[in-house]
Amino acid sequence: MPPTPNYGKGLRGLSLATVVTLSVAFALVFFYAPLDADQGFVQKIFYLHVPLAIVALCGFILGGVFAIGHLRTGERIWDMRSYVAIHMSLIFAVGALITGSIWAKASWGHWWVWNEPTLVSFLIVFLLFATYQPLRFSIDDPERQGRYASVFAIVAAAFVPLNFIAVRLAQGFVHPRVLTLGGGNLPGPMRLTFLISLAGIALLFATLWKYEMTAKHTRMQLRALRRRVLGEDTVRPLGRSAAPS
Amino acid sequence: MTALVVAVAPALPLHTAGKYVAGAYIVFVALLLIYVAIMGIRLRRTERDLVELGRELDRRRDADSGRDLEPVP
Repeated sequence: MPPTPNYGKGLRGLSLATVVTLSVAFALVFFYAPLDADQGFVQKIFYLHVPLAIVALCGFILGGVFAIGHLRTGERIWDMRSYVAIHMSLIFAVGALITGSIWAKASWGHWWVWNEPTLVSFLIVFLLFATYQPLRFSIDDPERQGRYASVFAIVAAAFVPLNFIAVRLAQGFVHPRVLTLGGGNLPGPMRLTFLISLAGIALLFATLWKYEMTAKHTRMQLRALRRRVLGEDTVRPLGRSAAPS
Repeated sequence: MTALVVAVAPALPLHTAGKYVAGAYIVFVALLLIYVAIMGIRLRRTERDLVELGRELDRRRDADSGRDLEPVP
């Protein structure tokens, strides 16, 4: 019998690290980072919006990497990991879209600007991954559902860096460019605050991913235990679901 | 300690863009709370299933021990 993974292990430490890092990050945002000379106080949204967007995009790629694991090994647990990573990334992407929209309203006077490549490309990536759950839901057979979802996750994850590069090459620089591979244009205190915010949001993603994996795994274990102890007929059928079973 | 931090902290220009910044951070907290609430509901369902399984096991054990005590004809 293969060893049962223990997703709850280290969850307490990870949660504590997340709380501490996010608390420090928000304290730095409001009491340490200087006001931006151009945008003023509105720029404080940057420390929340950009990490949310970066972590969401990385989460989509992570979902694709887990999906490769599923197609290579055929083990359902990789499908579950991929599903949870994409599910979490969608939530973070919603946060990035809403906070970005608020920033756009404060900064440009519009909730949304359709001719800005960064905004539209992020929306396209979000909508692409938003079809992942309906795709899963449309397939009854769990084996086929997992396989098709993994193929979709890999292709969509490959689209994320391509999309990012295309946007960088675009000329419509209305959206502020403060992060580059060469270190960016952020002064020291702002960069430190941003990096700690990014670490905090990344830790939050890791904590929630682990939390959801633990919850789903516990539920699966409970069903398996019920089946083993009380017999197959005592377990209610799950019915059609987008989540791996 | 908190008073010291507040005393040395720069004044926040809340009158200008404060509502937007507050709105963005409230959205973040609200999303987090909604997620935790949904996870809480799922956890309660798992707990209920676990209690149900425990009851079912007790019922079967009682039934088995009752059979053991029956006199052999």
